[in-house]
Amino acid sequence: MKIDSITNGVVIDHILAGKGMELYHFLHLDSMDCSIALIKNAPSQKMGKKDIIKVDTALDLDLDILGYVDPGVTVNIIRDGVLIEKFHPQLPEKLTNIIQCKNPRCITSVEQEIPHIFKLTDREHGTYRCIYCESKAKE
Amino acid sequence: MRSLIDIVDLSVEEITELIDTANDIIANPEKYCEKCRHKKLATLFFEPSTRTRLSFEAAMLELGGNVIGFSAANNSSAAKGESVSDTVRTVGCYADIIAMRHPKEGAPMIASMRSPVPIINAGDGGHNHPTQTLADLLTIQREKGRFDHLTVGLCGDLKFGRTVHSLIHALSRYEGVHFVMISPEELRVPEYMIQEMQKNGISYEETRSLEEVMPQLDILYMTRVQRERFFNEADYIRLKDSYILTLDKLETAKKDLCVMHPLPRVNEISVAVDDDPRACYFKQVSNGKYIRMALILKLLEVE
Ligand SMILES: [Zn+2]
Repeated sequence: MKIDSITNGVVIDHILAGKGMELYHFLHLDSMDCSIALIKNAPSQKMGKKDIIKVDTALDLDLDILGYVDPGVTVNIIRDGVLIEKFHPQLPEKLTNIIQCKNPRCITSVEQEIPHIFKLTDREHGTYRCIYCESKAKE
Repeated sequence: MRSLIDIVDLSVEEITELIDTANDIIANPEKYCEKCRHKKLATLFFEPSTRTRLSFEAAMLELGGNVIGFSAANNSSAAKGESVSDTVRTVGCYADIIAMRHPKEGAPMIASMRSPVPIINAGDGGHNHPTQTLADLLTIQREKGRFDHLTVGLCGDLKFGRTVHSLIHALSRYEGVHFVMISPEELRVPEYMIQEMQKNGISYEETRSLEEVMPQLDILYMTRVQRERFFNEADYIRLKDSYILTLDKLETAKKDLCVMHPLPRVNEISVAVDDDPRACYFKQVSNGKYIRMALILKLLEVE
């Protein structure tokens, strides 16, 4: 795989420098067979440094996770060597089993089968709260 | 089928409707004494709270219904590791409505998502206790005849005091309410609530001194400074006596001040205040039963 050119796949650009590895794990890219490039600390005009992830296969991205982990990223979808779509993911309204409630008094701390669900309660500040105990998700 | 988990689940109209029903029950109790015949209320108390449980049970009995249930986890299936969801699914086969108290925050919410019958949150840890707030609202309505244009003093533990937080939420929906928050620095209303109040344009002030603000209050809501909220015994002992209401302090208060307290008290209100006509905290207890009656009727959709 040449890092600069993919024929069918996804390029996640403008990842905050240092966040690339976190996204890599959140998107479960470690379990994929195709070629994947994680570029760290690439020079960027507007960000100084940035991370980039390139995946050489058409895949369904969990945009909720992307939007939550780093809402500043740019997603480029490439098909037959052509950029067909480019967008910025939004902060999702709801996160299910992406982050864990850390409140030791929350019912999710004693009952393992309960899904951890967070709702966006303040889009401006990107605040998520557990739907059960209303604790803020830790940054 | 609806449940009551958080006081904000109820609209202003629904609260008015519950209060109207409760007032009608108080005026005409005989009209209601058969309303829940052959219906069962289950009280599932995963942590003990005798007062709240008795209030729910008395409410159901006065409606002509029956009561089953358990108290405290150590002698129930929950102690053997059964989930809240399984417990309510099981109990929902026997009972028509469930009042649940649980030490973990959000447990009644999970229960309401899985239960075949309505769930009433009877307190989930330090989180919500909507029927206490309903009792407070009924008391304010009966004593003051209104919710708008009141100056409401909140005194004591405003940091952990969930009853205070829900009361602020509930009263913030009415016009012209001014909150006076009286607490030691360590037990101030949490920052996020202050921000919320500022954002919503709610009128408030904060003070360390009860005496200073006493003359302006229409309502004085006292709270207990609880030992279990402190990590450090010395902090508790230093703070617990800071905000005690005595007859002396009441001297500058309005003649029609309404003094409230969620009970049980330790020593936040001296016993001498009990005989003052402004003491409303035992009325709050009896109002609690009537508003729970109204709530049971509403959730069971009994006409
Ligand atoms: Zn939680």
